[in-house]
Amino acid sequence: MLKKKELSINMGPQHPATHGVLRLVLDLDGETVVKCTPHVGYLHRGTEKLSENRTYPMALPLTDRLDYVSSMCNNIGYCVAVERLLGIEAPSRAKYIRTIMAELTRIANHIVWIATHALDIGAMTVFLYGMRDREWILDLYEMVCGARLTVTYPRIGGVRCDVDNEFIDSCYKFAEDFPKRILEYETLIDQNRIWLQRTVGIGVISAEDAINWGLTGPTLRGSGVAYDVRKAVPYDAYDQIDFDVPVGKNCDVYDRYRCRMDELRQSVRIIKQCLDKMPDGLVLSTDAPGYDILPGKPRVMPGHPMGEIMPGEEEDPKKEPFDELYSAIEVPKGELGFYFINDGTAKPYRMHIRAPSFVHASVLPKLSEGSLVADVIANIGTIDIVLGECDR
Amino acid sequence: MDFSSAYQITGSGLADFVVRMILLLIKIAVVIVIAMLHVAYSTWFERKIIGHMQIRLGPMRVGPHGLLQPFADFIKLFFKEDIIPSAGDRLVFQAAPMIALFATVSALAVIPFFDDFVIANVNVGLLYLFAMSSLSAYGIILAGWSSNSKYAFLGGLRSSAQVISYEIALALSLVGIMMLSGSLNLVDIVEAQQKHWYGMFVVIQFPAYILFLICAFAETNRTPFDLPEAESELVAGYFVEYSGMRFALFFLGEYIAMIIMSCIAVTCFLGGWTLPPIVIQALPFLAFVPGIVWFLLKVYCHLFLYYWVRATVPRFRYDHLMSLGWKVLIPVSLANIVITAIVKYAF
Amino acid sequence: MTPVEISELLKSKFQSAILATVEFGGQVSVTINKAKLLDIMKFLKNSPELNFDYLVDLCGVDYLGRKNDRFEVVYNLRSMNHNHFIRVKAVVPENDSTISSVVDIWAGANWHERECFDMFGISFMGHPDLRRVLMPEDWEGYPLRKDYPLKSDLGEHEWKGYKEVVETAERNKQYEVR
Repeated sequence: MLKKKELSINMGPQHPATHGVLRLVLDLDGETVVKCTPHVGYLHRGTEKLSENRTYPMALPLTDRLDYVSSMCNNIGYCVAVERLLGIEAPSRAKYIRTIMAELTRIANHIVWIATHALDIGAMTVFLYGMRDREWILDLYEMVCGARLTVTYPRIGGVRCDVDNEFIDSCYKFAEDFPKRILEYETLIDQNRIWLQRTVGIGVISAEDAINWGLTGPTLRGSGVAYDVRKAVPYDAYDQIDFDVPVGKNCDVYDRYRCRMDELRQSVRIIKQCLDKMPDGLVLSTDAPGYDILPGKPRVMPGHPMGEIMPGEEEDPKKEPFDELYSAIEVPKGELGFYFINDGTAKPYRMHIRAPSFVHASVLPKLSEGSLVADVIANIGTIDIVLGECDR
Repeated sequence: MDFSSAYQITGSGLADFVVRMILLLIKIAVVIVIAMLHVAYSTWFERKIIGHMQIRLGPMRVGPHGLLQPFADFIKLFFKEDIIPSAGDRLVFQAAPMIALFATVSALAVIPFFDDFVIANVNVGLLYLFAMSSLSAYGIILAGWSSNSKYAFLGGLRSSAQVISYEIALALSLVGIMMLSGSLNLVDIVEAQQKHWYGMFVVIQFPAYILFLICAFAETNRTPFDLPEAESELVAGYFVEYSGMRFALFFLGEYIAMIIMSCIAVTCFLGGWTLPPIVIQALPFLAFVPGIVWFLLKVYCHLFLYYWVRATVPRFRYDHLMSLGWKVLIPVSLANIVITAIVKYAF
Repeated sequence: MTPVEISELLKSKFQSAILATVEFGGQVSVTINKAKLLDIMKFLKNSPELNFDYLVDLCGVDYLGRKNDRFEVVYNLRSMNHNHFIRVKAVVPENDSTISSVVDIWAGANWHERECFDMFGISFMGHPDLRRVLMPEDWEGYPLRKDYPLKSDLGEHEWKGYKEVVETAERNKQYEVR
C-alpha cells in the first residue's frame, strides 16, 4: 500500500511573486493546494505605537510609508481624518489639488499592479510599458513636492504648497495621452487566450462572502458590489465631480482586472474635470496646525493647542469621554480607515489604521484552497496587497 | 565533402582510416566551435531583441552595443563559487548538467548544414534526433532530484512530464515529412524538397509546421511553456541550486536545444540550405550564394520567433499545458498523418 | 437611519447591556457590557432595518488609568445597502481579559482579532486560530499597551530571535573580505 504524504512548500519572505515580504506556507497534494497559511508581520514597524508619541503633524510622515506605492493617498486619508476630528476645513483649491493627486496615485498604483500581476503570469512586456508610464507620474510628483515615493505633500488643513502652471500643463498633457497607453496594455493581454485561461474563473468569491470578509475596493467590486467610499461618504472634491464606479459580474480575477483598467479611465476623467474646475485661493487653511516653514515666521504659534509641544507648556487633557472618530477614504487598494481617539492634548491617544491589505491578505486561504499552485500567484496579484500597509 | 573515397592514395587501410578520423575530428571541432559561438551570441541576440520590444536598449556597455556581453557572462560564471548542496546526491548533481548538455549537443552530428557537409550522414537521422532530445529529459529529472530542494524537485517533475508529453506530438508532426520524402535521412529530406517547384514542405504541410513549432517551444521549456522554470513561481525550478559553470551548462543546453529545434524545422520544412526552384528561376543570381547563408538565415528567423513569443505572451498554467499537449496536439498530428497519407496515395 | 436613531433602537432592545452613548462628528459610539456581545452583534447583523453586514474595523484600546475596565474592544460597523454606520465598544476588564469572538458572524474579524490579541493580550473565545499575527510567534509582551515602552534597551530580556541574528553576524564576520 502506498501512503500519500503532502508536500509542504514555503513561498518564503523573499520571493519574486509575493509583492513584498509575505510568507505563504502551502500544503500541496500534487499540484493542488490543500492548505494555505499566510504569515505576515515581517514589515511591522509599530506605526500605531509611534503615533501615540507624536503630535498630529509629526505623525503624518509615518503614513507615507504604509502603502509605499501610493503614498499621496495615505497622506490624504490621514489628513481628512484629522481634519474631521479637529474640525478644520481645507480650502477649496486644496481639496481639488488633493483630488487630482489622489487620482494620479490611483493610476500609478494600478500601473504597478498590472505590471507585477502580468509579470507573475508571464507577460513581461506589460511591466516595462507600465514602468515607462509611471515615470511620467513620478515626474509630476517631483514637480510638485520634490519627492517621488514618500511625498508628505498633503497636509492637515490642505496641501504643502501651491501647484504652478507647469504642473497644470503637464497634467493636462498626461490626461490627454494616457488613454492611449491603457489601450496598449489591453492590446497585449485583454483578449489573449492564455491570459483568459489563467484569470477567468480563478479566485472566485461571492458578493456575500466578500462583504462578510471585509473586502473593499476593486477586490470587492469585481464581485458585483458597488461600494466605493468616494460615493458613500464623499470627501475632498468628489461630491462635485462626475465619475462612474466600475463593477464586475463574475467575481473572478478577470473581472477585478477589468474593474481596475476601467478605473484608470475614470481617474483620467476625474483629473480632467478637476483641472477645469479648480478654483483659486489658499492651499493651506489658516486653522492648520502651525508649522509653516516660511522664513521669518515663528515655527510654532505659542499657545496653539495643536502645535508642537513647547517645553514647559502643560498638556491639558480632556475628561472622558474622549472624542472618537472613524474616517475612511478610498485608496487604490480599498478602504483605508483611520480611527482616532483625541484626549484633548496635541498627541492622539490612539490611532488605529484599518489597512485594506491586512484584510485582503486574510482572505488568501479562502481563495486559494482547492486550486493549483499557479493560481495562488494569480490570487496574490488580484488582491493587490502591499506589505507595508498590511503590517504597518 | 565526402571523404570516403578521397584519400585512398596510401592504399593501406590503417593510414586511410587515421587520416579520415583526423579530418572527421576537425569537422567536429569546427561544428562545435561555431555552434557554441552561435549559442553565446543567441543570448546576446535575445537580450537585445526583447529589450527593444520592451522599449529599452538591452546590453550596451560591454563592447559596442554590448557585443562582448556573452564573454563577460562566461567569465563571470566561470569565476563563481561552485556550491553543492550538502544533503544532495553529489555525483548525480555534478553529472546532471553534463547529461543535459551532451544529449543536446550530440544532435548536431546529423544536421546537414550545407551541401555535402554533415558529420554523420546516417540513414535514420530523424530518429536519432528524437532519441537525443528524449535523453535530455534525464538531465532535468536528475538535476531536480539531486538538488534536495522541494522547488527543484517540483520543477524537475513538471519539466520532465512536459517534455515527455510534447515529444509524441513532435515526432508525429514529422511523420508527414517522412512520408513525403520517403526517408529518415535528413539529406534526403532536403533533396526531396528540391524536386518540387515550391521547394519547401511547409507549403503543403503547413499544419504540421505549426504543430512542430508549438512542440519545439514546449520541448525547450520556453515561453509560453516555461512553467518549470518560471521565475515568479518556482524561482527557476530545476536548476535553482546550481551556480557558476554548472548553471552555465544548463543554460547552454537550453539554447543549443533551441538551435537544434530550429535546424530541424529548417531542414524538414523550409528546405535546409536550398532555395525553392521557382525562386532560383526568377532570380538566378541567388544560386551563387553559398547554401550555408540561407540555412543560417532561416535558423535566425526561427530564433527571432522564439524571442518574439517570449516577449509577448503570458505563461500557460500546468494543467492547461498538459491538456493542450495530450488532448489537442496529438489528435491534430494524427489527423495530419492520415490526411497526408490519403492525399499522397490518391495523387 | 441616522446613528442616533440606531443607538436609540439598541438602547430600547438591550437596556441593561448599554453602558453609554456618545455622539461626535456625526458618528455615535455605543459602549456595551461584554456579556451580551454576541446577542447585540447578531441583532445588528441580522435585523433587516439595521443589516450591518460589513465589519469595517475591530481594534482594541487601552485606558491605563481606569480600574475596572481597562480595555475596550471597538467594533466599527457599516451597512452596505442602508449606508449607515455605528460604533460599538465592548468593555473588557484587566483581570478577565477575554471576550467572545465574532468570527462566526463576520468572517473578516479573524485577523483583526488576532491583531488585537497580539497587541493587547485580549483573548477571544471561540476564535479558530488565535496566535500572533504581526509580532514574531515567540514574542513576550503586548506592545500597544500603555505600559509597554516605545523604545528601550532590554539587555537580558531582548528577544531571542534578535540575539541569534547578532550572534550569526558575529560568526560570519570571519568570511568578510578585508
